[in-house]
Amino acid sequence: MSEITSGPQLGATPGPRPEAIKAIPVRHHWRWVSAVVVLALAAQIAYTILVQAGLQWQVIGHYLFQRLILGGILVTLELTILAMVVGVILGIVLAVMRISPNPVVSWVSWFYIWFFRGTPVLVQIFFWYNLNSVIKVIGLGVPGTPFFLLLGHTNSLISPFMAALLGLGLNEAAYMAEIVRAGIISVDQGQTEAAQALGMTRLLLMRRVVLPQAMRVIIPPTGNETISMLKTSSLAFVASVPELFTRGDQIANATFNVIELIFVVSIWYLAMTSILTVGQFYLERYFARGSQRELPLTPLARFRRMLFTGHASPPEFVAPAPAVPTSEHR
Amino acid sequence: MVKSEAVHKSFGRLEVLRGIDLEVYPKQVLCLIGPSGSGKSTFLRCINHLEKIDAGRLSVDGELVGYRQQGDRLYELPDADVCKKRSEIGMVFQRFNLFPHMTALENVMEAPIRVKKLYRSVALEMAQQLLERVGLGAKLHVYPNQLSGGQQQRVAIARALAMGPKLMLFDEPTSALDPELVGEVLDVMRGLAEEGMTMIVVTHEMGFAREVGDTLVFMDGGVIVESGKPREVLANPQQERTRSFLSNVL
Repeated sequence: MSEITSGPQLGATPGPRPEAIKAIPVRHHWRWVSAVVVLALAAQIAYTILVQAGLQWQVIGHYLFQRLILGGILVTLELTILAMVVGVILGIVLAVMRISPNPVVSWVSWFYIWFFRGTPVLVQIFFWYNLNSVIKVIGLGVPGTPFFLLLGHTNSLISPFMAALLGLGLNEAAYMAEIVRAGIISVDQGQTEAAQALGMTRLLLMRRVVLPQAMRVIIPPTGNETISMLKTSSLAFVASVPELFTRGDQIANATFNVIELIFVVSIWYLAMTSILTVGQFYLERYFARGSQRELPLTPLARFRRMLFTGHASPPEFVAPAPAVPTSEHR
Repeated sequence: MVKSEAVHKSFGRLEVLRGIDLEVYPKQVLCLIGPSGSGKSTFLRCINHLEKIDAGRLSVDGELVGYRQQGDRLYELPDADVCKKRSEIGMVFQRFNLFPHMTALENVMEAPIRVKKLYRSVALEMAQQLLERVGLGAKLHVYPNQLSGGQQQRVAIARALAMGPKLMLFDEPTSALDPELVGEVLDVMRGLAEEGMTMIVVTHEMGFAREVGDTLVFMDGGVIVESGKPREVLANPQQERTRSFLSNVL
């Protein structure tokens, strides 16, 4: 049985606020158990690496900042950035081609994606690297006849670096095309219609209306692809490009410190991907504006909260987003 | 201004328009009413080349929509010509469809600059005046998601007007709005009608149709059931189908 003691009153003021709830928190025994198990395993791994393996730490320290290794890092970064630039630009072109009403253009894009996504990137790099064994000159038309526009000799046009860049970039374009296409599809159909109704052509509305809105969907997986590319660039090893892994391998072969050099190379790859991960976090946070009510906390903010409140779980209270301006009736 | 003769349109097997005969004169405000699925919106979209008609003849300002006639042959219009014709017809959508990554001002300036190739300064001044006119002079640099539905729809009207259209199409412009915001949008539309804009309005606002409309057309099942002066049709419908629809709506 319940009885309404006080109904809603017109213009009623809220009553006094009751005291905040104080309760004894739930005890998490399994957290302590798991912590002990993890500590034991970590100790075992540390012992194996630090004592049992007998690594020559001074060798790792010596080569970590060695000139050859640092040079290799530069080449790795250069290769990663250039391959991603090729991949993103070509990927956008392929994605727009793929959804073109022109069947020939659309089919070309489909075939490209099918081929470059369907063969291993290692094989593609190797192909470009060995192209000069079957094709000596590159140009338009038929060689040996007057109908030939010579662009250059294969040997000079496709250096080892270029072979790796072609292999990585063209392969990446196939993946980026699918990512961009997903982004384009995610944009509301009404946007296209509104732009069409204003008289915009297909390419103009794609460039000005659809692609800018697709970016929010495209950026996160592109960050992923960049991190992936940083590591995949080590496949340039087969084209003898002097990037980080190739340099490490060369030093290891000369000094027989194989595991130590693997450590050196891994430390650098980890360092670089860590920086990219942080960058990706902030980039995604930036592009989430306006689409998410509450932005995820930065690691620093989460750490601060943990220090002051004792746990990193979601906050009890979040400041409301800036108020929507109320409509101004005339 | 708009002439429709026996216009047919099907989506696959579904026949949405089954012979629409209709004429809209310059400065006329024609209101289209009818149950959902009756083909009102499809007909509106046909006028703006967003849908292609299957049979009949549809012309705007004496020129066929989507085709060019030479002798007794019809030629499909190339995309560039279709775009040009669309740019002369303004359209306002139920869901506003403002560009969310542009401010109100940029939304209005975009097409005049990119499609009409106006100078930026000219487009800017015009856009400011238009937003002023729809009562949003204080919201020039605000993004759509910070505006109420009624404000967004008014920006959308300003955006359509910025192309200097000879005809305005409204596709249920107030159906997605909170009831208290409907009035501000209808006020802007009423102002447009008073200035002599030719308008075709698909709407459920019978009050607007009665006060502003010159003609009321009731559609059902892809055909025009009844049409006439709004007051007469609303007060004294001749067809049984119109009567039952109106009794459910009013």
